[in-house]
Amino acid sequence: MNPPIIDLRDIHKTYNEGTPVAFEVLHGINIAVSAGEFACLIGPSGSGKSTLLNLIGLLEWPSSGSYHLKGRPIEQAKDDERTRARLETLGFVFQFHHLLPAFSALENVMIPGLMRYGAYTARQRANASELLAAVGLADALHKRPTELSGGMQQRVAIARSLALAPDLVLADEPTGNLDTHTADGVFELMRRFNELKNTAFLIVTHDPRLAARCDRVIELRDGAIVSDAPRQS
Amino acid sequence: MRFEWTVALRFLREGGLQTVLIIAGTTVGISVIVFISGFLGDLQRDLIQRTLGVQPNIIVRPAEEIARPLRDGRDAGALAQVQARAQRLRSVDQWQTLQVELEALPGIRAVSPVASGPGLVTRGDVNKSITITGIVPERYVAVTRLNEKIVAGELRLNPGDVVIGTDLARDLGVALGDKIRLSTPTSPGDAYQVRGIYDLGQRNLNRAYAYVTLPTAQALLNLPGGVSSIELAVDDLFGAEALAARLQAQTPHEVESWMKANSQLRTALNNQTVMTLLVRFFLALVVAIGVASVLIVSVVQKTKEIGILRAMGAARGRILRVFLMQGALIGAGGAVLGSACGYLLTSIMSNFLRADDGTPLFTATFSPTLYLYTVLGATVLGLVAAVMPARRAANLDPAQAIRV
Repeated sequence: MNPPIIDLRDIHKTYNEGTPVAFEVLHGINIAVSAGEFACLIGPSGSGKSTLLNLIGLLEWPSSGSYHLKGRPIEQAKDDERTRARLETLGFVFQFHHLLPAFSALENVMIPGLMRYGAYTARQRANASELLAAVGLADALHKRPTELSGGMQQRVAIARSLALAPDLVLADEPTGNLDTHTADGVFELMRRFNELKNTAFLIVTHDPRLAARCDRVIELRDGAIVSDAPRQS
Repeated sequence: MRFEWTVALRFLREGGLQTVLIIAGTTVGISVIVFISGFLGDLQRDLIQRTLGVQPNIIVRPAEEIARPLRDGRDAGALAQVQARAQRLRSVDQWQTLQVELEALPGIRAVSPVASGPGLVTRGDVNKSITITGIVPERYVAVTRLNEKIVAGELRLNPGDVVIGTDLARDLGVALGDKIRLSTPTSPGDAYQVRGIYDLGQRNLNRAYAYVTLPTAQALLNLPGGVSSIELAVDDLFGAEALAARLQAQTPHEVESWMKANSQLRTALNNQTVMTLLVRFFLALVVAIGVASVLIVSVVQKTKEIGILRAMGAARGRILRVFLMQGALIGAGGAVLGSACGYLLTSIMSNFLRADDGTPLFTATFSPTLYLYTVLGATVLGLVAAVMPARRAANLDPAQAIRV
């Protein structure tokens, strides 16, 4: 059996370590996500959701504990190795989508490919167009992010996160600033890619309605996981 | 590098007015640097030619004669006073051989033997002291360009011909075709016909020289078959001193460059060079500071985008290069535009700035190397200016940058 995509054991995270104002935000987190899972991470504000997601996304270093990414220990890796691992394994969707305003929707989706292959290849272009068509933006390929609505921008961000067919997409409140109807659409989209391409998703959300539609719900409170269970159907 | 180029160009384009302004600023700075550099080179070259008149770049003369007091072996005491010898007019030893040797040396453009010494010019009751200069015209013009200074007649000397300056001609009241008498203390002299009149742009120089053929001067100055000096033109005007020092070490003769013979002019030119060097340095500094500050602002503006690029998998080195390239592009763009403006400015100024006689003070020359170095230099300058902003961008913590 393949190892889980991410496997975190006894992860602690302390900010301002070694100073009088040090405080621990994560206390011994154990979490593993395998291929094809569709999980969500819930919890009140300040419970450490974003910190945990940043740790999983290799944007922050844990203070202690072990982290295996596809079976490979990564918690002590150098920045360059972590960056490469992000490019090859992970996709990101953020609450405020963070598209590059200087690039068109199509180019935004092609940037990960440009980073990886050093060129805009025809295959990348076809792949990016296909992804944008799949998120319903076939007509907006050459529009700039500023010409798109919030929901459309978030759909571009989802397409971008999938550009290099990552094993796991980390989404930080992807529907946080969308209206309910648009949020439903974006959520459905992620769900579809999960089923279509077997891409695992880990979604941080505040929205209990959306959480109820995930296969697995992990609840975080005060820096510790208080429940981690498959959805009750 | 394709990723870096794409992002750098887009960031610059996205910068809009900010990018236009910094490239404009760089252009102005670079064009002034180009203008000063070009102008200085052209001006100094022309100024030297004007001031030197018919002085050669390097002159080879017989070594000065020194007094060697005979010593009595039994008396070890030093002589308290040794009278310096008077310097006779002598020929350069073996000058024909020397001339051939000098011609073969690299860096020497032209070689001209000259026999010159004091003489008198007489017409009617008027006597003027002059320097009688015997030349081989085609060799001499290669060294001094005297032919360009002829205002009447021509610089073609037959035995019995003389070429004098405008002011001397006026003093004597002679015109082309008139005869004047040249004599020296050692020769009663003869009558010579005025073949040409030159104007060196300086009154005392226009009174100083009477040019005759080499054999004529040799006869008048009692230098049978000899020459009093060999004059050289060199390829590199400012390398004349170094070349003269090398020649000095290789020959028993006295070798002097224009720089030594005109040390005041040289000091003035050196000071001018140092001053403009300072001005250029500070201009470059201002350009660099401008580029750096605009890029620092750009890093702040693009914090979020840098964060997302880092999160998506752009390594630190790539972000670093994106900003270094922006600096280099601003530098190169400003340099290309600045070179064009600088050349234009030099051309315009060469039409405006005029010498007393109405001729342009300097002629603008197009020097490809100057522009090549400018573009290269400005690109490197932009690159260096971008180092600090680029490092700042590369060191952004992606987790924090995204949260901004």
